Amino acid sequence: MSARRIADEVRSGVRSARSVLDDHLEVIAAREPEIHAFNVVLVDEARAAADEIDSRVAAGEDPGPLAGVPVAVKDNMCTRGIPTTCSSRILEGWIPPYDATVVERLAAAGAVMVGKTNLDEFAMGSSTENSAFGVTRNPLDTTKVPGGSSGGSAAAVAAGFVPLSLGSDTGGSIRQPAALCGVVGVKPTYGAVSRYGLVAFASSLDQIGPFARTVSDAALLLEVISGHDPLDSTSIPEAPADLTSVLDRGVEGMRIGIIEELSGDGLDGIAGDVQARLGEAAAALEAAGATVETTSVPSTVYGLSAYYVIAPAEASSNLARYDGVRFGLRVDALTSGDMHTATRTAGFGDEVKRRIMLGTYALSAGYYDAYYGKSQKVRTLIVEDFARAYSRYDLLLSPTSPTTAFSLGEKTADPMTMYLTDVCTIPSNLAGHPSMSVPFGVGDDGMPVGVQVLAPAMGEPAMFRAAAVLEAAAPPGAAS
Amino acid sequence: MAELARLALTDDELNAFTVQLAAILDHAADLDALDLADVEPTAHPLPLVNVFREDVIGPTSDRDEVLAAAPSVEDNQFRVPPVLGEGQ
Repeated sequence: MSARRIADEVRSGVRSARSVLDDHLEVIAAREPEIHAFNVVLVDEARAAADEIDSRVAAGEDPGPLAGVPVAVKDNMCTRGIPTTCSSRILEGWIPPYDATVVERLAAAGAVMVGKTNLDEFAMGSSTENSAFGVTRNPLDTTKVPGGSSGGSAAAVAAGFVPLSLGSDTGGSIRQPAALCGVVGVKPTYGAVSRYGLVAFASSLDQIGPFARTVSDAALLLEVISGHDPLDSTSIPEAPADLTSVLDRGVEGMRIGIIEELSGDGLDGIAGDVQARLGEAAAALEAAGATVETTSVPSTVYGLSAYYVIAPAEASSNLARYDGVRFGLRVDALTSGDMHTATRTAGFGDEVKRRIMLGTYALSAGYYDAYYGKSQKVRTLIVEDFARAYSRYDLLLSPTSPTTAFSLGEKTADPMTMYLTDVCTIPSNLAGHPSMSVPFGVGDDGMPVGVQVLAPAMGEPAMFRAAAVLEAAAPPGAAS
Repeated sequence: MAELARLALTDDELNAFTVQLAAILDHAADLDALDLADVEPTAHPLPLVNVFREDVIGPTSDRDEVLAAAPSVEDNQFRVPPVLGEGQ
């Protein structure tokens, strides 16, 4: 059942939030042991929250647009009184003394948080295999990865554990798992959603966004979490756009460009079945009245290399705070210096160590210009190329992921192969632009394919209109 | 690099990481093909200016709650091993 319908029924008293919750807890109890989407399921807290919603409805109050809707939150967003681990040993057992702004907004809208979802440690990864607490499996085929790093949030929605969840996206960590699990995933414009209380990975790239089973539900959740927050200095001051009211306006007269460099002809590794679905998606937009043509956005292919310098550089700085002094793990030693090293060595997993070292190297004296400086200039080229493209097109189109979901363990031995799965999603993060993944049929293996709709900054309304057209025209999805 | 990043690695780990990091840096060498001489760097997607808040007292974190999350505390302060005189 959609989040909109649940909220309507709970608000009007047709159904109780408690019965909605209990239905979802039943699905979780049945399949969570196999999927492992959650680091923690908050049964008692969720029941108390649902009962509170029901008593407010009984008292004639309106609990809000997400009244009684079960939601899951990625475990890198702070929740007061509830452990927040980032799926890392270094934060195991840490209980935040405050809520992230998005968590407060969910509660204020009447949503019921049912759990914190698994992720690649500190959101570093593309398969959720880097979690210190075990892998998450793809609900559509449990031998496959759910994607990452927000794999738990994507799997929770795909498995029917919750109709909505929150993820974070630094280089594709919402859109890629959404594509691999066959759900809708949105990375909003940088600054559109407050990051207060999101544990920082790469601060110039990180953005929180929604997962949902429908475009309309994703719009509903994005509207709830968007808007200015004085606690986040990068928060955009303007009021957020109304998405719900524009969803059915179609794409008549829109100009849409398929990014040549990310769509097969310009790049090795985009699978044939993914290219085929992209072509069908383009045809569907054309049939709905848009002009669709292939266009060159040349520097997007360099996004991957620039990203894997910039993101680790920012991470190496952000993760310096895990020193065993104020929170989290401490491994004792005779001196403070030895304590820092012992704590970080025991607390961080391999991928986090790799990125910290890569970032430390890229920022070190003598190598700064060759790596970090150069990557920041490439970022400028990408911003400029997008600006040129958006002077001719309202939206751009590409695959979300080069392939459908890959097998567990397939890419863990070779980090570079894993990184390549983010090649289509990274450019939007570097530019600060919104983009979203919409399920569009399946590949030769029967697993979902995602089509990525890209828009310029604050272009969410047009992006959602195109997404709604794609959703309506999509071939049947994967059978679960 | 591991020392700078405050990480202790075994010889096996050092060997594996060295190979993997070299592969990532090799891939980044594709940027050498670009002419970047006259390009300004971009550090951030937004045209950021300093953001100031109103100078009024708002809610603050509870000291006991914050200290309760620390691994070691003494007299309302974070307790750490000796910083000076290391090696004694």
